[in-house]
Amino acid sequence: MANIKISANKLDELKAVCKSFNNEKGELINVLHKAQGIFGYLPAEVQEVIAKELNVSVAHVYGVVSFYSFFTMLPKGEHPVSICLGTACYVRGAEKVIDEFKRLLNINVGETTPDGKFSLACLRCVGACGLAPVVLVGEKVYGRVAPDGVKDIVAEYAK
Amino acid sequence: MSKFKMHILVCGGTGCHASESDMLLDNLKTIVSDKGLDGEVQVIATGCFGFCEKGPIVKIMPDNTFYTQVTPADAREIIEEHIVKGRKVTRLLYVDPENKETIADSKHMGFYKKQLRIALRNCGFIDPENIDEYIARDGYEALAKCLTEMTPQQVIEEMKKSGLRGRGGGGFSAGLKWEITSKSVSDEKYVVCNADEGDPGAFMDRSILEGDPHSVIEAMAICGYCIGAAFGLVYIRAEYPLAIDRLKIAIKQAREYGLLGSDILGTGFNFDIELRYGAGAFVCGEETALIHSMEGLRGEPTVKPPFPSVSGYYGKPTNVNNVETFANVPVIINQGAEWFASIGTEKSKGTKVFALAGKINNVGLIEVPMGTTLREVIYEIGGGIKDGKKFKAVQTGGPSGGCLTEKHLDTPIDYDNLVASGSMMGSGGMIVMDEDDCMVSMAKFYLDFTVEESCGKCAPCRIGNKRLYEILDKLTQGKGTREDIDSLRNLSHVIKDTALCGLGQTSPNPVLSTMDNFMEEYLEHVHDKKCRSGQCKALLQYIIEPENCVGCTACARNCPVNAISGERKGVHIIDQATCIKCGACLEKCKFNAVFIK
Repeated sequence: MANIKISANKLDELKAVCKSFNNEKGELINVLHKAQGIFGYLPAEVQEVIAKELNVSVAHVYGVVSFYSFFTMLPKGEHPVSICLGTACYVRGAEKVIDEFKRLLNINVGETTPDGKFSLACLRCVGACGLAPVVLVGEKVYGRVAPDGVKDIVAEYAK
Repeated sequence: MSKFKMHILVCGGTGCHASESDMLLDNLKTIVSDKGLDGEVQVIATGCFGFCEKGPIVKIMPDNTFYTQVTPADAREIIEEHIVKGRKVTRLLYVDPENKETIADSKHMGFYKKQLRIALRNCGFIDPENIDEYIARDGYEALAKCLTEMTPQQVIEEMKKSGLRGRGGGGFSAGLKWEITSKSVSDEKYVVCNADEGDPGAFMDRSILEGDPHSVIEAMAICGYCIGAAFGLVYIRAEYPLAIDRLKIAIKQAREYGLLGSDILGTGFNFDIELRYGAGAFVCGEETALIHSMEGLRGEPTVKPPFPSVSGYYGKPTNVNNVETFANVPVIINQGAEWFASIGTEKSKGTKVFALAGKINNVGLIEVPMGTTLREVIYEIGGGIKDGKKFKAVQTGGPSGGCLTEKHLDTPIDYDNLVASGSMMGSGGMIVMDEDDCMVSMAKFYLDFTVEESCGKCAPCRIGNKRLYEILDKLTQGKGTREDIDSLRNLSHVIKDTALCGLGQTSPNPVLSTMDNFMEEYLEHVHDKKCRSGQCKALLQYIIEPENCVGCTACARNCPVNAISGERKGVHIIDQATCIKCGACLEKCKFNAVFIK
């Protein structure tokens, strides 16, 4: 068992989600989407509960979680920064923007700052190619981001 | 839409949405109300106009005025000047970059002149959240026609005659696919819409779902009627929240109107649609992988045959078509197969939507008749290359496709011509590259993508692509050898011949096509340890030319790692050991003293 404890009411919520899909194993991906919505990520404990409810092995659940890039087993920062690495953003200089974020936050892609404020991730195409390169902080979209504009974005959330 | 005197259409596509178009919409609505114009002026959010480069877009009907880059603060001026006084707000009009003329009517813009919008017919025209607007544009007429006047076989014949081919990249005849599924005998069958648009830099399907969701719903119902299915599924990326919302609203409205559900239009035909969410896996664009994902499994492909038309979702016959393919169907039924077949080239009929992006002036979503040349798309619609740079290549087909160069510019675009030129149609991503793009790095970029997205089931794709990536990485580090170039080619062919599914079979295409067209760049990386576009950091040095340096200190102040030293008004020097090659000094120097070696 993982050592993270799920609070009782969240556990009930999770079980209710499984139930809303009739504990059907074919609905696993839908259940995982909802579960990630509740917890922010999918720690081992959550996966164990889901496996039990849907009557499948934990390995099966883990296999699906680790297959899809949308699911994460690590908690994200308070302000998750996602840099688009779609082709349009790439040719318009997204790599330099990533480098600048890495330098300023002093973390690598996939990591979270020690204070839990920022996490850094890459994603593929949000479809706002007209604004390339694009950076998302939470749900907010920043378009045409130049490397020297990165510090302003970080400052906006660092307070 | 007739009771209002004027309509203000605000783009609610993702690109414009990201630039505060929702706030703009609110402001426009509030001001219209304040002026007491509620009964006369209608303000609606529409789907994508396609001209994302200059978003947010506002269009005023009926005079067709096209405002670009409108901010929420511009709302008052648009209402007070244009709507109330009838004077166009000149500063927001589109200016032709070539002759500097202001263009008020979008019909005269180079971006729209060559376009023909069939799949995108309603995008940027109707409110996607209002089924009445779709119906006012002949919506659901095709479904009614099929159900009441045509037999399933007649509809299939019509589809086959139209020549519509799958728009997701495969290019298989849609009518034929429907026919095969209709002939499969089973108590249950399924219609699946593939909305798992995974090609990075492509957003055709998303824009259709956001701008005209009912066209897809209507077509799925028609398909269900033809193949004998009562149930449809849309497999859509979870990364597309806006499209999901609009689709949900549309499905709900269609049910309320009796256009989905049981006994549709009193004909006894039952059909309903549900959504299934993807979770970020490129391979799920492949039909068999997609079906496994819908069953709640890892999205791994299986060998075909059996094709989904015979054994698909839970082993039942399943017809999978892409969003854009479906969006064409109602028009084909309404206007006739002959009309549709009269557009395009001999073997590729109709139009194709492309997401034009990269180093091009007019980034956006375009729809052109098959047979349009790349030159027309890039220079006339796309407005040419950004910042007056030189065109180098255009990548079609995304990570599965290849690059096309100067010599392909006058090739008419269709399925077969693109394959003959060493690329493919793909789903419609079109990324333009200029002289600053290194083709070895481009190939590496695509392989990086494939390596990450490979499901790992078959060895050629799982291991082979990783090796391809490593060799390309070696080249960009200046450590490549002549043998590496031979290995790249051999390995590419092995992967193409032996991989299990479409992803692996096409993943070496970017390597092969860049090698075919830009071999000299590969050789330069190997023999001269040089990257002509200056993109491969390991192969370049930033140097300050002492004669041009005036000692303004701009470079030293902007260097993020303090690698530049020198006195004020004295010549500065870059310490190569500390330099991270970010290029900030080059950008900041006003005296052309910094150059790349």
